[in-house]
Amino acid sequence: MERERVVVTGMGVISPVGSGLPAFWDGLTSGHSGVGPVTRFDVSQFSTRIAAEVHDFDPLKYLEKKEVRHMDRFVQLAIGAAQDAYNDALLSDVDPARAGVAVGTGIGGMETLTEQHETLLARGPNRVSPFFIPKMIANIAGGQLAIRFNFQGPNVTLVTACASSGSALGDAFRAIQFGEVDVMLAGGAEAVLLPIAFAGFCAMKAMSTRNEDPEHASRPFDQERDGFVMGEGAGFLVLESLSSARSRGARIYAELLGYGRSADAYHVVEPHPEGRGAAQSMRRAIYDAGIDPEDVDYINAHGTSTMKGDLAETLAIKSVFGEHAYQLAVSSTKSSTGHLLGAAGAVEMIASIMAIMHQQVPPTVNLDHASPDCDLNYVPNRPQDRRVRVVMSNAFGFGGQNASLILREYVP
Amino acid sequence: MANKEQVFDKVKEIIVDQLGVDEEEVTSEASFIDDLGADSLDIVELIMALEEEFGLEIPDDEAEKISTVHDAVEYIRENA
Repeated sequence: MERERVVVTGMGVISPVGSGLPAFWDGLTSGHSGVGPVTRFDVSQFSTRIAAEVHDFDPLKYLEKKEVRHMDRFVQLAIGAAQDAYNDALLSDVDPARAGVAVGTGIGGMETLTEQHETLLARGPNRVSPFFIPKMIANIAGGQLAIRFNFQGPNVTLVTACASSGSALGDAFRAIQFGEVDVMLAGGAEAVLLPIAFAGFCAMKAMSTRNEDPEHASRPFDQERDGFVMGEGAGFLVLESLSSARSRGARIYAELLGYGRSADAYHVVEPHPEGRGAAQSMRRAIYDAGIDPEDVDYINAHGTSTMKGDLAETLAIKSVFGEHAYQLAVSSTKSSTGHLLGAAGAVEMIASIMAIMHQQVPPTVNLDHASPDCDLNYVPNRPQDRRVRVVMSNAFGFGGQNASLILREYVP
Repeated sequence: MANKEQVFDKVKEIIVDQLGVDEEEVTSEASFIDDLGADSLDIVELIMALEEEFGLEIPDDEAEKISTVHDAVEYIRENA
């Protein structure tokens, strides 16, 4: 069967380092980070007291007051980024049956869950809101987007922890490749800067405790790295069949070329020490794209700034790319944005596309002294101008679930 | 219980807040579903808010009969 070619025709992003495409790119390439002290709740009792918060998002820009009350923050963020992507693609007259939605979120409406649980304990079962369930369930962002845009095709929510929106983009890619739909609104959103989520990640000792120096806390591949920094936000892309994009004269940002996925089958949260699952995910994406490893110019790494994760990914890259691992550029934009969990894959996909647009690789900031065992070109601290034709974007999740996507500069 | 105007004003305030409508739309005859854009979940939430505000427990079979602003005001005046 001949597969449809799939292109990206719209993008929207809400991130701690900047929202909207120009601000986001400025944030990624400025060398700064969006990490600061937690302002959302009292963190004095927590071992980690820093995060990458989104400060500039006003839900009323996109939603009526009543809608805001009936949506968890992760849904509000999803709608903001998706609306921006929809507008950016100049979509109109879409056949509703030929348009779908794919969303990734690691957790869903945890804020709503905690609020309503408090209500239950304090005031009893008859005071729990009728909107509790439809605000909280992880797939409700997809439902709300379908209602908003009248997209009546496939509607899925993928939950693969920090790989979630990579998985969602992969699913959307396949739906278009196989002719099921012409258009997919695909991406992810996460908003769990909450005491309960923070407490859980603190207990795992997964997050950086560089509380006195938040700006420098997210430092992937650096020898002083000490854990990830939690962020929040959303990224959405309009994926479209090439024939649909051409017939309406759409601007094409890049072509989505390949998708790979795998499981570590090793441990609930630790990566396989040699990056076995990560390597398999990358190999599958390269095979699916029909390219050679040597064609890849830039890898937007998962790179969360944990000791084990960054090493495993480095080893995986070496095992897949051999000598070429030392020729290509690798960077982790989580150094700027923090770790957006389920939204990371989509936000980093947008960063990857913008690297093609600008022919410039965004840096890994705070990389002062790379670990001796991390010896690739991680694009330390300053962007690098270079020819960027093919990009791979990695997203790996707790549970050992991995997604890799390959993009190519659009060539008719 | 408080006089009709006081009850009506309080009910109106809650409706404006919960349903996101303008004050002028909340007339005595207005139907929650047909005129004020409420759906089934909105009505459950609205009834809960009225129970909280006026210290009532409105049984489900009674709540089902409340479909206009007038119905709500009357029920509250008789039962609060």
